[in-house]
Amino acid sequence: MERIPILKMGRFLLVTIQVDMHDQLALALQDDLTSQIARTGARGVLIDISSLEIVDSFIGRVLANIASMSRILDAETVVVGMQPAVAITLVELGLSLPGVRTALNVERGMELLHASLRAAELEEYDGGGEEDDAFGGHDGLS
Amino acid sequence: MTVSRSDVRPIRTEAEVVAARQAVRSWAVEMKFSLIDQTKLVTAASELARNALNYGGGGQMRMEILERSPRQGLRLTFEDQGPGIADVEQALRDGFTTGSGMGLGLGGSRRLVDEFEIHSAPGEGTRVTVVKWR
Repeated sequence: MERIPILKMGRFLLVTIQVDMHDQLALALQDDLTSQIARTGARGVLIDISSLEIVDSFIGRVLANIASMSRILDAETVVVGMQPAVAITLVELGLSLPGVRTALNVERGMELLHASLRAAELEEYDGGGEEDDAFGGHDGLS
Repeated sequence: MTVSRSDVRPIRTEAEVVAARQAVRSWAVEMKFSLIDQTKLVTAASELARNALNYGGGGQMRMEILERSPRQGLRLTFEDQGPGIADVEQALRDGFTTGSGMGLGLGGSRRLVDEFEIHSAPGEGTRVTVVKWR
């Protein structure tokens, strides 16, 4: 079956969606990313959607799912490069991508992931143990 | 008002949903819709085609270019022979879903077009017609 490639760069995973995805392909990406995060211990996921001409409610849900699943696996997700027409349409459709962090482009998205990782590591160091973090509050920069 | 061009696309597989929205894109580009209106049309088509496939067991999309001088419109009609919708008002409300979606398909796509009509009854399938004018 056709798959969207996932690249590993340091502690982050990078995905560039360059095809008009049918629904199964989007679901396969969701599964692949989740298992790759678990396998590699990645701390961040960057998804570039600058080639996507539409984001409908299904793709929106998949992006939101990826963000929540990766958060549970201790990785931050940022979606970058959304075209303005896509953003306008998404809002009118009624989709606000809850829980999904976005950035204008890949560069800013990478900065966000690095900053978020630094903040998390600082907190882990200062906190001096797991117990402080056991009940959440780990939300990167937000 | 006359129809100057029409075509019918099958919607029986996910690949055909993708092909249907690409056809809508290409007609919308030819008709010189703005990029935002193209995006709205293609997004609405994607939602409605998916509904026809997932809830209606597949069907078809009719595409028509409407001439109402000086305006042109693109009319899309999605038909399936599925179980139909018992409560259309409820189905149009945001957040309503019987399946795996977000429940934004019908209500959301209505907001993306200029005209929206739905005919459905239990056992009679569903027909959704949308028009966008330029």
